[in-house]
Amino acid sequence: MSIDVRTAAPGPRPNPERPAPGAPVKLPGTGGQQQTGWSIGDRIGLAAAWFCGISLCVAAVAIVGFMAWKGVQYLHLEMLTSSPEASLDQSTSGGFLDPLVGTLILTLIGVGIAIPVGVGIAVWLTEYGRPAGLARLVESGVEIVAGTPSIVLAIFGLLVFQQSFMGVFSFTAEGGAVFGRSFLTAGSMMALIALPLVIGATREALHSIPRHVREASYALGKDKASTIRRVLLPSARSGIATGATLGMGRICGDTAIVVVLLGASMQTTPEEGFGGLLRGTGSTLTSYVYNNSPSGEGNAPEKAYAAAFVLLMIVLLLNFAVGLIGKRNKPQWN
Amino acid sequence: MELKEEQTQNGSAPGAEVPPLRQIVVESETVPIRVGDYAGPPDPEYGREPWQLNAGLDSDPIWVEERMRTEALSIAYGGKVAVSAVDLEVNSGEVLALIGPSGCGKTTLLRSLNRLVELTPAARRTGRIILDNQDVDTFDVTRLRSRVGMLFQQPNPFPMSIFDNVAYGLRERGSKKPRRKQLEPIVVDALERAGLWDEVSSNLNHPALALSGGQQQRLCIARSLAVSPEVLLLDEPCSALDPISTGIIEETIVELRNEVAIVIVTHNLQQAARIADRVAFMYLGDMVEYGPAGQVFGAPREARTQEYVGGGFG
Repeated sequence: MSIDVRTAAPGPRPNPERPAPGAPVKLPGTGGQQQTGWSIGDRIGLAAAWFCGISLCVAAVAIVGFMAWKGVQYLHLEMLTSSPEASLDQSTSGGFLDPLVGTLILTLIGVGIAIPVGVGIAVWLTEYGRPAGLARLVESGVEIVAGTPSIVLAIFGLLVFQQSFMGVFSFTAEGGAVFGRSFLTAGSMMALIALPLVIGATREALHSIPRHVREASYALGKDKASTIRRVLLPSARSGIATGATLGMGRICGDTAIVVVLLGASMQTTPEEGFGGLLRGTGSTLTSYVYNNSPSGEGNAPEKAYAAAFVLLMIVLLLNFAVGLIGKRNKPQWN
Repeated sequence: MELKEEQTQNGSAPGAEVPPLRQIVVESETVPIRVGDYAGPPDPEYGREPWQLNAGLDSDPIWVEERMRTEALSIAYGGKVAVSAVDLEVNSGEVLALIGPSGCGKTTLLRSLNRLVELTPAARRTGRIILDNQDVDTFDVTRLRSRVGMLFQQPNPFPMSIFDNVAYGLRERGSKKPRRKQLEPIVVDALERAGLWDEVSSNLNHPALALSGGQQQRLCIARSLAVSPEVLLLDEPCSALDPISTGIIEETIVELRNEVAIVIVTHNLQQAARIADRVAFMYLGDMVEYGPAGQVFGAPREARTQEYVGGGFG
């Protein structure tokens, strides 16, 4: 994470024939003497750049270090395998198996929707994109979704999924009121969070495929659909995976949608009938941390720190995976 | 699929010493064969002028027949004319080199022969392109492109195995069919003709992009040959390669002209002199001179050709 300022440093390159920095020299064609070397402004700028870079490192190390210290202190293995219980005493309030599984389910639903939809949009934008006006409209749509705060998405989702014809996605109370909160409804809003990342990474991957690779496929008598399916999508695979993994990281870390649309219940509560778990409510690590933190209702900081540490590890692991995916399996043409 | 059946017939039959000649499906009339108009080493019996002879490598005499022809072909991008009223003959049994300075329209001309130029939205074409006495506009563009193959400047194997690359053109859209067993003889034959078989026979399942640049380019040749084209278009195929790979590709090209009509765009005049039987010199969209390689290089009729082959254009 450190910034290598040596390569970015302004001023002349080291040159053995050049006089020492600061020494006045006569340069041909400049009409007079010029000061070489770094001015005081450059020096201050360089120092500031160093300082900023190191500060960021300190912040990153502090987050991981502090969470690791607290996490190792409070995290016990049985917390990962036991459900949360209603108790004021932190020693009897159980673990966070349900939130952990909830995070997993929600992430899978989110990327499960976001990958096919996002890849489809990216392929259309990159390979077809006509009429141009429609393409621009789709692009701004993607930007709007990307820029919408997740709490707004959550409220919007609640509005949509509480409509009576959306009853199949969640619990319907006696009298016909649709609850609107379930893994499915939260997952589909989570998909909107991951979608711009999937679209962006896929588009970038498709753009990086040289034109002559597409033409080589056409030159073998293949049509566009076949080229997309057999050449372009396999070539963009690592880009798609990168986007999906970034999206998973975002879904894991989102709290607002969970609180509003998943119910943020203490335990996972499946509904009766087909797909009961998906139509039921639950919680994730983020809502668990929020509810147990001093600002939440639980006031169980030990549990909050332990869960936050697990969440941080999951997200860091995903980011690490992004780096790995980006390096491997990416086709390289000259 | 019609194509598939032809492929299977044309694949190397086990035990056959000489690969069977390609059957060319001519739907209208038969193609006139101009007997005696062959490229090859000097043959005093035919009394040919020295400059009419194949400029380059030693090879046996081969029949020359017309495969493709353009009639008053013009291509413009927007309002800018890139190729103007070009009449060109492409013969099987010959290597035709298109030479000329950058921007003279030779690549556009080449790309129009398999209608790849139509992928550029601004491109407009007038004039006719005839393949085996049929206007290319009358057939399906995908069918045309499987009959007129193309090789690009940069080696561009697809990100799949060596086998799948060669089999790519033979498989139906999006599916793995026909199965590997059926395709194997064709793939092996194509790799042999491209001179790559000995190097890759043990690792057909390895990723194609792990090959060296020269091997990748020969793989691309094999990929084109697998669909049994009648014409092969080469767009500066050696410009990204080292001299040794270039030499191997040139040998492959010269061997291939027995079976496929070859059109090559090249900036490298030495290369054109080494491998071409016929040369077309283009300048600012015009076809200035078209003739046997020995004549164009040895005794050019036009002053502009003289200047260019003598290095005058720089």
